[in-house]
Amino acid sequence: MSGLEIPSWDPQTALLIGAILLEAIVLYAGYGGLERILGPPLLRLIVGGDGSGQ
Amino acid sequence: MSPEMLALFVGFGLVVGVLFGFFGMGGSFLVTPALLMLDYDPSVAVGSGMAFVFGTAVIATLKHHDLGQVDYKLGAIMITGTTIGIEAGRASVYYLESIGLAGALISVSYVVLLGGVGAMVTRDALRGDGGGIDHEAADKSLDEYEIPETAKKIQRTVRIPPMVSLRGDVRVSAWVITAVAFATGLLSGFLGVGGGFIRMPAMIYAIGVPVPVAVGTDLFEIVFSGGLGSYLYGQGGGVDLGIVVPLLFGSALGARVGSAATAVVDADGIKVYFGGMLLVGAIAVGVGEIGSYVGSPVLEAAGLVLVIGAAVVVAAAILYTSILSLRTTKGRQRATAD
Repeated sequence: MSGLEIPSWDPQTALLIGAILLEAIVLYAGYGGLERILGPPLLRLIVGGDGSGQ
Repeated sequence: MSPEMLALFVGFGLVVGVLFGFFGMGGSFLVTPALLMLDYDPSVAVGSGMAFVFGTAVIATLKHHDLGQVDYKLGAIMITGTTIGIEAGRASVYYLESIGLAGALISVSYVVLLGGVGAMVTRDALRGDGGGIDHEAADKSLDEYEIPETAKKIQRTVRIPPMVSLRGDVRVSAWVITAVAFATGLLSGFLGVGGGFIRMPAMIYAIGVPVPVAVGTDLFEIVFSGGLGSYLYGQGGGVDLGIVVPLLFGSALGARVGSAATAVVDADGIKVYFGGMLLVGAIAVGVGEIGSYVGSPVLEAAGLVLVIGAAVVVAAAILYTSILSLRTTKGRQRATAD
């Protein structure tokens, strides 16, 4: 593997990188949704009161 | 993988994410040294570190795209230079691995890099100049942005065609962009880092790109260069999903928390700890490497505890200060209402 190389097509590696890309997109959307749903009550729990401290 | 290791990676990812979300840089270059200290092969430590950077960049770019802070033309020009740089760095890792020097040389490079950047950030934080991303500058509109003197000088003197017009009324030689991209790509490929802590200042001071565009474009560029770098490492068996998936799972959540914390905490007060963390990281990598050289498992473990411990302390300081600040604001609001 040493020396400069032109990348060749390797379906298995493409699948590996695709899995990381998919995980990143799912996490972006999933945590975004969770933040909207759980953010305000969590903030109330931490800060106390109506959570509008921010 | 044992449940303990899985929990360690998710937890470490969470800590790295908080640091990345808060400071806008610096999370990734703790991952590769930690993996090296956990006795992973250098190519797996660097390759998995880079795949983690790729995943983190995808998430952060989606956010900056929504804010309109990505210069796609600049990103596209940089991709070529960075890609060649990454490939040269990756080839060096495999060559050094074949002669048995990779682990030691990568560790020494980390000691120099973490020590150098740590000293710079600490000095700037103590002077009150900040360090990392200037969140106030990042929130300014592009019309308010002034091109730094160094960038103006480079734009006047280096006029090798083709000249390129960029966002923020910047006109610069494509060769300047390519040179910046190649140098930072080389660093990325050799160390498995995103290189944002070097590329961003280089984009701002050498090319003259406005701060918010530098941040967004840097991340966009890492998606491609980091993706290709991960692919190349993956072909050689250097990307371990068992490491990357839990790290990313933790860091995506941590980045949201860290990013939200910037709205309630004055970053300048914490930057000195960030600089200190990088310096401790440099010492930790040095201690770990000496431990590995003299065959002392105690020193190797001490290095790992130091590098993870320093990151945990700074992330905890961010969270503690945020909660304290939120409670103080809440208390004031109640007092005013009463």
